[in-house]
Amino acid sequence: MIGEGIQSTNQRKHSYVQDRVEVGFFTDPSVCIGCKACEVACKEWNQVPDDGFTWSGNSYDNTGHLGASTWRHVMFLEQDRPKGNQVTGPMGLDPQSEDPFRWVFLSDVCKHCEEAGCLEACPTGSIVRTEVGSVLVQNDVCNGCGYCVVSCPFGVIDRRPEPLLDAGGAFKCTFCYDRQKSGLVPACAKVCPTESIVFGRLDDLRARGAARVQQLQQSGYNDAQLYDPTETSVRGIHAFFLILGEPEAYGLPPKPQIPTIYLKSAWTSAFATAIASIIATLVGFAFFS
Amino acid sequence: MTPNSPSEKRLEELREQAWKEGVVPGKGVDVAGGPIPRKPGYYGQAVVKPPVWTWQVPLYFFFGGMAGMSAVIASGAIISHHVDLARWAMWVAAIGGAVLSPILLIMDLGRPRLFLNMLRVFKHRSAMSMGAWILSAFGACVVPGLVALELHAHQIFPGTLDQILWVAAAIFIFGSAIFGTLLATYTGVLIGATAIPAWFLHRTLLPIHFGTAGLGSAAALLELLGHRIPALNFLGFYAAGVETALLIWLSINKHGKADRAIHEHGSGWLIRIGEVLNGPLAIVLRLFSLVPFAAVSFLLGSLISRIGWILVGKVSGSDPESVFAAEQHASSVFSFENAK
Repeated sequence: MIGEGIQSTNQRKHSYVQDRVEVGFFTDPSVCIGCKACEVACKEWNQVPDDGFTWSGNSYDNTGHLGASTWRHVMFLEQDRPKGNQVTGPMGLDPQSEDPFRWVFLSDVCKHCEEAGCLEACPTGSIVRTEVGSVLVQNDVCNGCGYCVVSCPFGVIDRRPEPLLDAGGAFKCTFCYDRQKSGLVPACAKVCPTESIVFGRLDDLRARGAARVQQLQQSGYNDAQLYDPTETSVRGIHAFFLILGEPEAYGLPPKPQIPTIYLKSAWTSAFATAIASIIATLVGFAFFS
Repeated sequence: MTPNSPSEKRLEELREQAWKEGVVPGKGVDVAGGPIPRKPGYYGQAVVKPPVWTWQVPLYFFFGGMAGMSAVIASGAIISHHVDLARWAMWVAAIGGAVLSPILLIMDLGRPRLFLNMLRVFKHRSAMSMGAWILSAFGACVVPGLVALELHAHQIFPGTLDQILWVAAAIFIFGSAIFGTLLATYTGVLIGATAIPAWFLHRTLLPIHFGTAGLGSAAALLELLGHRIPALNFLGFYAAGVETALLIWLSINKHGKADRAIHEHGSGWLIRIGEVLNGPLAIVLRLFSLVPFAAVSFLLGSLISRIGWILVGKVSGSDPESVFAAEQHASSVFSFENAK
């Protein structure tokens, strides 16, 4: 067991729900080995249905993307950049060329935004904020309108298609709220063999993330950075990541925004149109009758 | 085979291309992955999720918009004592807004049996929630308004009671007109306030387009139902004029990669074809007094452009480069709102 063993926040029992402590995930690709234990644990514990299998041809990633039946997704990036102090040498026809190569694994998950687009959009009140600050879809309330799907700036939540179990509703990571209520750790973090996924108090994790970035940069990982968009209208995420290189390569939007910032201009336009239509009708009947 | 034969040259070319570009795409060969992926983002996958909505949604936008604005026309007709036109307009409003719209909306739900959950909460920051309440309020006004108007028109009750019915009809019709304008325009807000680049970049245009297309459609349908009066012809001109202006605005207001689904993809052509039908073509037909043709052109255009807008959303949402490119614009919206 790597890390603090049974004393790790990934293993020991807690009472965060009862104590109303904000928790989070810190996911660190520099120690991820791409085993996909998190994906399997998530599917098994949450009884997420099998949504088919296709060879993608995209490195070792045949999961594809997060969705209604995929709540953890291990990404496999192949990049022509050096990893840390990796020694690169000439390859191919040009003896002077450097040919760096790195394979990066990152376990993607719902970000549990501070300002969540899905939660704001939901017309049924099915999506709620829990005591620990996570965003939860109440499956029995959701009527499958699909508005959260287009309101998530990260493309996480989706409507589950027929003929899968519980089809028609919107699904995403629950942050294992059911486990957390019983003092247990989310399934993905519990099984992670290298603690690439760490579960714990959000403030502790943020400090841990900042320290890890510094440590990696000193070890030659010049492009290590934290992905936590606190400067945008999303105002930070509870499941944040350490990434090597640019967020775009991970399919992560560099500056995600919550769609409610567009409401003001859109409603202004709607009200103006409403008034103009009434005036046009009155003019029509007053002067052309 | 000589070394200079075309087939050998082709192989040389392929080797050259492989060395220079790292990939050689070809018919039946997918080079999605290695050695180094060259698709944008993460293997070219969507960054946001494209809408899951199907054909019911553009049809709902069409009927809902027409029904809502038909109630506005009914109010104008009541004020100017066109009682017969008001009756027809209220029938259009009731069938479109209280029958077809809810049916289409419920059909589009993933779990139609839970449709009543739409009225569990009232969230002003959710355009979907506001829409559900607007549609309910519209239905609650338009049905009693129609019933009272019909009872009055057929002189079912005598004297005072009939007077009361007439006043009640007027109040409910004015009420349905207010909610009707919102019913016709909120759909623009609904898709404008999302994470889909081609939609949120045009969030100002969309409510104008949907609302005005609704007004023009209502006028056009009533004309086709036999009400060839100058007031409706004026509304036809007004709506087609606004739609023409929007067509020009949409053609000028380009955002490069961010909304290329509109300007470079087939579904964008649906929007433009629709806008030509309910903009310039409708005006020209009206100028030549070909009112029924203008009406049909406008109705078709309104339907086609709405289908186009939903399809554009699917294309735009699946395009990672659009999402990345649109973020620059989105950030400026946020910093502007934040500064105030």
